[in-house]
Amino acid sequence: MLSHYLLHLADDALIMSQRLSEWTGHGPVLEQDIALTNIALDYLGQARNFYQYAAVLTGAEATEDSLAMLRLEHEFKNHLLVELPNGDWGQTVLKVFFFSAYQKLLMQQLVNCPDEQVRGIAEKSLKEVSYHLRWSREWVLRLGDGTAESHERMRQALDQVWMYTGELFEQPDYQQGWVDYNAIKTAWMETMWQTLEEAAIANSTGGGRLAAGFQTGGLKGQHTEHLGYILAEMQYLQRAYPNSTW
Amino acid sequence: MNTDQPTIARILEQVTDPEIPVLTIADLGILRGVEWDEASQQWMVSTTPTYSGCPATDLISMQIRLALLSHGIQNFVIRQVLSPAWTTDWMTEAGKEKLRQYGIAPPVGKAMDEALLENTIVPCPRCGSQHTKLVSAFSSTACKAFYECQDCLEPFDHFKCH
Ligand SMILES: [Zn+2]
Repeated sequence: MLSHYLLHLADDALIMSQRLSEWTGHGPVLEQDIALTNIALDYLGQARNFYQYAAVLTGAEATEDSLAMLRLEHEFKNHLLVELPNGDWGQTVLKVFFFSAYQKLLMQQLVNCPDEQVRGIAEKSLKEVSYHLRWSREWVLRLGDGTAESHERMRQALDQVWMYTGELFEQPDYQQGWVDYNAIKTAWMETMWQTLEEAAIANSTGGGRLAAGFQTGGLKGQHTEHLGYILAEMQYLQRAYPNSTW
Repeated sequence: MNTDQPTIARILEQVTDPEIPVLTIADLGILRGVEWDEASQQWMVSTTPTYSGCPATDLISMQIRLALLSHGIQNFVIRQVLSPAWTTDWMTEAGKEKLRQYGIAPPVGKAMDEALLENTIVPCPRCGSQHTKLVSAFSSTACKAFYECQDCLEPFDHFKCH
């Protein structure tokens, strides 16, 4: 169902945005605080574009706001990766790197899909995520190949986050046959290994990382405990004061 | 139709960007067209956002609305078009010069040229020096990067190629 696929794309962007915005005012230096806040804003804009289209297809009284603010955990279709806690700076930039590399490959395919509206949103998003990828990749390199401390933090981040990456290439039941997820996986892995090697963290966990099973479930609404807390905070106002507006 | 297309276009071309008030929406290239729709008997005003999440987008629609209403024009619809996606290549030369005088370095080169983007020299909008340094890839808004002039020491925003 197209509306479900749109919600999946929108939820990824919204939860990514909500999580990253937690850094606003807490970044390690002002410039990077602003960078992450701007990235979060790009995601919010992408989410709005997808929710607006989903609302049209959903009909009834659905709006971009009702879709974002009034659905429950099991109705959210985002990847588990985006709901993970930010952790330290290294974990955050690694998460952005993994996700934006995936999103760039996804949008490169969606710009050729048969749906005009989705093509437009993808074309717009593609330019933005290319920038996110460049920014986050630079950080992964800088920290991985940096001081002993930053290298160790990056290595730990990789151990924490890696098991959530496999889900990115899982084909959602409701996808429209527009995207070849295997092709995304192949290209994504290539980018990953190249960068992780350059960042000197590719071999740091031995074989353990490769043997670990991947966590999945998000696409079907089976989430980690973290999503509930995100929604509780994000949806609080609409739940406490229904229909309130600015 | 109670007025003609050039009149409407002239009104709209005077609407300014809320973030960078020296630029009009025509300078920025975000005003994509004004057409009379015979079927609905309405003016169709098309705009495009600079970035998906640009907070100025809703405000610009509001300003367009107010500008037309203040000229007694009521039969119009404002719609957002996402494709083709906005690019700084649509910014007018006059717009770029206004931007520079305002203290923001205009986009350098063409957005499509990725190789150029990596090695772009952004001249200082204050002294013109080419001896400048990127401080941060993001700045006060998503569409700008933050630079510093190594000669006059001016910190400045660069409107990124996009
Ligand atoms: Zn200077």
